Amino acid sequence: MAIQVTEKFVSQIVDLRSAITNLTKDTSEFVSELRQIASDRLSTLSFPTTKDEEWKYTDVSSLKKLTFTAQSAISEDIEALIAKHSAPEASDNLIVFVNGQYSEQFSNITGAAPELVIGTLATLGDRILPKLRSHLAQHPDTNDYFASLNTACMEDVAIAIVPKNLVVEKPIQFLFVATPQLSAATLLTQPRCLVIAEAHSNLTFIQTFVGNDDQPYFSNTVTEVWLAEGAQVNHTEVQWQSDRAVHINTTAIAQARNSVYKNQSISLGAKISRQNSVVHQMAEQTETSLTGLAFIDGEQMADTHSVIAHNYPHGSSKQLHKCIADGRSHAIFNGKIQVSKLAQQTDSAQLSRNLLLSGKARVDTKPQLEIFADNVKCAHGATVSQLEAEEIFYLQSRAIDAESAVNLLTYAFATEAIAQIPILSVRRSLSDFVLEKTKA
Amino acid sequence: MIVENSEVILSVKNLTAEVGGVEILKGLDLEIKAGEVHAIMGPNGSGKSTFSKVLAGHPAYTVTGGEILYKGKNLLDLEPEIRAREGIFLAFQYPLEIPGVTNSDFLRLSYNNLRKHKGLEEFDLIDFDDFIQEKLEIVEMNPSFLSRSVNEGFSGGEKKRNEILQMAILDPTLAILDETDSGLDIDALRIVAGGVNKLSTPDNSSLVITHYQRLLNYIIPDFIHVMENGKIILTGDKNLALELEEKGYDWLKEEEAIAA
Repeated sequence: MAIQVTEKFVSQIVDLRSAITNLTKDTSEFVSELRQIASDRLSTLSFPTTKDEEWKYTDVSSLKKLTFTAQSAISEDIEALIAKHSAPEASDNLIVFVNGQYSEQFSNITGAAPELVIGTLATLGDRILPKLRSHLAQHPDTNDYFASLNTACMEDVAIAIVPKNLVVEKPIQFLFVATPQLSAATLLTQPRCLVIAEAHSNLTFIQTFVGNDDQPYFSNTVTEVWLAEGAQVNHTEVQWQSDRAVHINTTAIAQARNSVYKNQSISLGAKISRQNSVVHQMAEQTETSLTGLAFIDGEQMADTHSVIAHNYPHGSSKQLHKCIADGRSHAIFNGKIQVSKLAQQTDSAQLSRNLLLSGKARVDTKPQLEIFADNVKCAHGATVSQLEAEEIFYLQSRAIDAESAVNLLTYAFATEAIAQIPILSVRRSLSDFVLEKTKA
Repeated sequence: MIVENSEVILSVKNLTAEVGGVEILKGLDLEIKAGEVHAIMGPNGSGKSTFSKVLAGHPAYTVTGGEILYKGKNLLDLEPEIRAREGIFLAFQYPLEIPGVTNSDFLRLSYNNLRKHKGLEEFDLIDFDDFIQEKLEIVEMNPSFLSRSVNEGFSGGEKKRNEILQMAILDPTLAILDETDSGLDIDALRIVAGGVNKLSTPDNSSLVITHYQRLLNYIIPDFIHVMENGKIILTGDKNLALELEEKGYDWLKEEEAIAA
């Protein structure tokens, strides 16, 4: 049977999960159910290979050779890592997970707005159970292989629920830190987030994924974001894993009528990273904006697969995805725009811009439009280029040397995406990173 | 202005140059002295823009013969950025947009490179802010332009004013204006030309490249050169522009044919 091979990978990981002891009875039963459904589904799915169209360029077979552990000691540099990556703007709304476990020590939600429901599955308990039943692991795009693996091992979940009409002034941050230690087994963490923005609420949240580079590790994340009618959510994802990590992240969004979802997804780290972003417009007049940046070097590989599904009339979407590939790195973008027959008057624009900084770097980009409605506007474009001689000359003619000109233009290329992030400190630290990378 | 016994800024002799294997400049001669304003006119494709790019050091253009001396030194030995720091400025016909870089960062980087070259200390944000305010007035530019990305979303007129602002900052010895009047309405043209005139001194010089006489109503040249087929075929004073405006360039080709 073809699934024999995958079973070993799955069973090893599923065996690592602990019994649910931290949850109240009803929640515990619900999570057990979710685990079971996902495990059952996994037995029908195969480990993705490069023969699958969706995984054509990204070979994650190395994962199958590893032995995993779900535990790791917390290393000494943890405080420095957290200090570096926690946004001061979100200091009152900070949830930290270390090596897959909620860290009460480093989290701080004491100053959060009282109406805001923020915490974890364990801390929030049964009072949110009805909401969990309708939202947790309920998004149709959390059913693929790696998302199912996450659900099958679900223990704790970082949660934010914004009640109706509440405008959350300060951003929320979910920070996931890995501190892998020298061990025969590779650290596996499976972060999970659930964000529910109820009708006409407004939320800005940041997800940050970091780790130290002492040892390899594997991070497999799932985030579901639900926007009710008229809700507005800004979601910033910063993937700053160590260059030894494998990072797989599924972001599944569901948007109700008149809602506005904006996302900035920045991928800087990981040896292999895979970002799956799926947005479903579930009612009329929804607005979606996705901005992506992958800036990679060395042997890194960054793969972004996105789907924006326009299912109802008058939806709009804007997508800008940028890749900067240096060294021998490989960036991949596959951006699907679906416009169903119902989705008349859809207005969608997608642009993929890619910059190759070395002759050995590689970019594969594929806009993919599936349009079944006849009265829609769908613009798309893709460019892969090196910096243009004309641009460099313009700067040279303004007294700037060629090398600085290249650096400035690279910086500018990256900054266009970073500038979309509404949180100043995040924008700054990313700009500093880019500036450092583009220094002569 | 024509100044007695002034220094020779630019001396071009028998210059030939090609781009993409096609010879464009075919033996061009020109001398510009400090204080002078020269205009080069000529039909499209005569080589005017190529000449401006060769002077600024565009890598796509190859000089195949002749010489260019700038303040007595061989210009062709210098990288484009060194030429800029030594005082050669090219105002682009089509200024490039640089999304993601603010105008003020760009201008400060540019200016600090010049200062470093001159052995001066670099300007910090505060010094530069004072410095730039008075330069903005030269081109009647709103300070809000400084916080916008370089040329991004600028109108044609705004882009050209931004070019003259860069010129004001770099304070060149030889300013080359490549079709700076193209795409400008009359108000923008007046501002741009006014900026160039304000920056003109007895120690520097300008080379104005234009297809039309219109710009020369505002920037009055001391000499007008007519370029045709890669070389200068006629030189005169400012009245030549009016004659060209009236008769067109074909008249010259006929003259040339008769002379040959």
